[in-house]
Amino acid sequence: MSVLGKLTLNALPHDPVTMGGALSMVAAVAGLVILITYLRRWGWLWREWLTSLDPKKIGVMYLVVALVMLLRGLADALMMRGQQALSAGSNHGFLSADHFQQVLSAHGTIMIFFVAMGLMFGLINLVVPLQIGARDVAFPFLNSVSFWLYVAGVVLINLSLVVGEFAATGWLAYPPLSELAYSPGVGVDYWIWSLQIAGVGSLLSGINFFATILRLRRVGMTLMKMPLFVWSVLNSMVLVIFAFPILTATLGMLALDRLLGMHFFTADGGGNPMMYVNLIWAWGHPEVYILILPAFGVFSEVVATFSSKRLFGYTSMVVALAAITFLSFLVWLHHFFTMGAGADVNAFFGIMTMVIAIPTGVKVFNWLFTMYRGRIRLTTPMLWFLGFVATFTLGGLAGVLMAVPAIDFELHNSLFLVAHFHTMIVGGVVFGFFAGLTYWFPKVFGFKLNERLGRYAFWFWLVGFLTAFIPLYILGIMGATRRLDHYDASLGWQGLFIVAAAGIVMICIGVGFQVLQLAYSIWKRDENRDTTGDPWDGRTLEWSTSSPPPEYNFATLPPVNVRDPFWAAKQAGQTHPQPAAYQDITVPKNSPLGLVIAGFSFLVGFGLIWHIWWLAAVGLLGVITTIVMRSLDDETERIIPSREVAAHEEAHA
Amino acid sequence: MSQSTTHSTAALDLKTTFGFWVYLMTDCVLFATLFATYAVLRGSTLGGPGPHELFNMPFVLAETLILLTSSFSVGLGVLAARQGQQARVLFWFGLTFVLGVAFLAMELTEFSHLVTEGNSWRRSGFLSAFFTLVGTHGLHITSGLIWMLLLVPRIFTRGLNAMMVRRLTLLSLFWHFLDVIWIFIFTVVYLFGVAR
Repeated sequence: MSVLGKLTLNALPHDPVTMGGALSMVAAVAGLVILITYLRRWGWLWREWLTSLDPKKIGVMYLVVALVMLLRGLADALMMRGQQALSAGSNHGFLSADHFQQVLSAHGTIMIFFVAMGLMFGLINLVVPLQIGARDVAFPFLNSVSFWLYVAGVVLINLSLVVGEFAATGWLAYPPLSELAYSPGVGVDYWIWSLQIAGVGSLLSGINFFATILRLRRVGMTLMKMPLFVWSVLNSMVLVIFAFPILTATLGMLALDRLLGMHFFTADGGGNPMMYVNLIWAWGHPEVYILILPAFGVFSEVVATFSSKRLFGYTSMVVALAAITFLSFLVWLHHFFTMGAGADVNAFFGIMTMVIAIPTGVKVFNWLFTMYRGRIRLTTPMLWFLGFVATFTLGGLAGVLMAVPAIDFELHNSLFLVAHFHTMIVGGVVFGFFAGLTYWFPKVFGFKLNERLGRYAFWFWLVGFLTAFIPLYILGIMGATRRLDHYDASLGWQGLFIVAAAGIVMICIGVGFQVLQLAYSIWKRDENRDTTGDPWDGRTLEWSTSSPPPEYNFATLPPVNVRDPFWAAKQAGQTHPQPAAYQDITVPKNSPLGLVIAGFSFLVGFGLIWHIWWLAAVGLLGVITTIVMRSLDDETERIIPSREVAAHEEAHA
Repeated sequence: MSQSTTHSTAALDLKTTFGFWVYLMTDCVLFATLFATYAVLRGSTLGGPGPHELFNMPFVLAETLILLTSSFSVGLGVLAARQGQQARVLFWFGLTFVLGVAFLAMELTEFSHLVTEGNSWRRSGFLSAFFTLVGTHGLHITSGLIWMLLLVPRIFTRGLNAMMVRRLTLLSLFWHFLDVIWIFIFTVVYLFGVAR
């Protein structure tokens, strides 16, 4: 075997479509490098961002990466729907069957792991420490490691476009198809290792924010006084802690099958492919709640603020979150009622699936009751909320329908299912995170986003979304299965596929408006400055500090003895208490080692994908050495002197 | 966090220990996944040998006793660390390290016997699950030994300060946790395996 394992020049792309994608990506990266060099910004980037342990900066970096990945995932979606609109009868479209499956797998994987998870951890980093009145997260360095592991996963999955190929197995890579016997290339290995590395990062983040919320809350903020967003994140992190180790183990076993010839999930040798399907959904179903719960949390903040009212039914909201968290581990089998587990088992999981709609319904009603008789301001975050209520209810009804095993046998693996989960994830998770982005943008950057362009973006997204996915519900009932790269013209599906493709184009226009909104808002930022720190008349602690907040978040830690403490302080006219004297504040020093650890992890992944064993060994040794180096460093904190704190506070008084 | 601007050592202790416990629980879920897979694949021997033919129980019992003893000695090591008795800390952690290496050597001996007799992880689903479950525990033991090797000698250079005591305590937590996992492996894999 050569020193480069399976890697040869043949790994570079050959067909024109892949080559176009690969070249445009290489060009984009090269352009960025040249731009930064030309602007002489490398030092600034390194000092202010890449090595920063400030969760606010890590949060912004998560958002940037996730939004770039959103564009990539969207391009994949455009290609798929374009192919399906064309590829009927004698026309075979522009993608080969194998390439179509790769695009499809990349779309799903990227959207869930690198867009939705990235947006979620971005918002959590930005908001949770501020909302609980803390200056930092529990483990700032670990937070940086998590972020950079996520980036290593992103780099790895995008590299598959240029060097080699990606999995053609769907986003969850079911065996035996994903086993070596049926997928001998490196595609599945790219899938395994990009997810394994990013997944370990998510697991560490889960531990970090769980500890942050339980240990660093401001004195006086008891659990039942926490903002609902913090509650939702706490529940989501509990799910991360319980679910992500299952993913780590499952991906590990699939990798062992492929690397060492084991027989966990193979079709021969006594393997059990359905074990994989069970395990991956024991992680995968909680995963969708990991994503949706923080989105619920965003809506709870947005609705209360823009209705100028206390959230209706706080306690029932908390109980509903806990119920969803618990139940989400009892429904995984509904992803494969067709496995043949028998009527009793299917009935149990069907009923559990229906039961989970009850706490979800409680939440929707509570948000609507919060609006009732409130002084509602229909800002863009509220539009995303209202769009969410409509789409989420639609998708939820489709979900309860499929929870009936007998109906699921008809709809299993059809486009109806694809339409259902897109309704939940786009209408729920994505709309929720867009609402959160718009809502907290002025807090993070110090100026608001343009409302008019935001409204345009919203309407194109909403109408485009419905245009794209309602045809899929119909097609699914007509019998169209998922992952079709070609179908017979006599089936009469082409019209609906063309409508769906038009919907994707409208979503792209919506995204175009969002890019424009961002650019225009930055250009006109002086007109939309938030000088008060409280642009929306907010209720929770993040609005009590300046926008953008100083590195240490709060010069003096705010008192908390009620829910919505900042609202209460405003009512009492005590928003910005002036202390007699400011004190020195300890913050973590910058460290490049998180980035270094992730870089070595990337080498491990790349080495294992291409069977370059020495590279994997170097990477592993590098990871261990870097961790040891970090543990030897006792000087990890620096002190911001009180006069600097005082100067900042006076400037923003 | 307290109102004061400096971290108090006690608060830091609490935070790190808490976080480490949560990490241990995630590791517990990881092992639970491997146990579940083992339970499902236990019968998938594909006509090859099953647990009854393969396991040498007296040997495994000796392995188990060694690991249990090491859990006891690491406990004594932490007690000594809390009392600031440097020589005893070195002795007990040294003993733990030796016992850990002995355990690992025995495990590898068992593995190499299985492989040379043609019963490697490639043979059947059962053997894949066996090697992975027991091997993952072994990998954890190995990381514990590396951790010990890197941490304990630092007592010479830096002494038994509060940070060192905290780290030794976390290490012992990790070691006890691996002991508990091993008891489950001993029961589920070996004892249930040979029981008829």
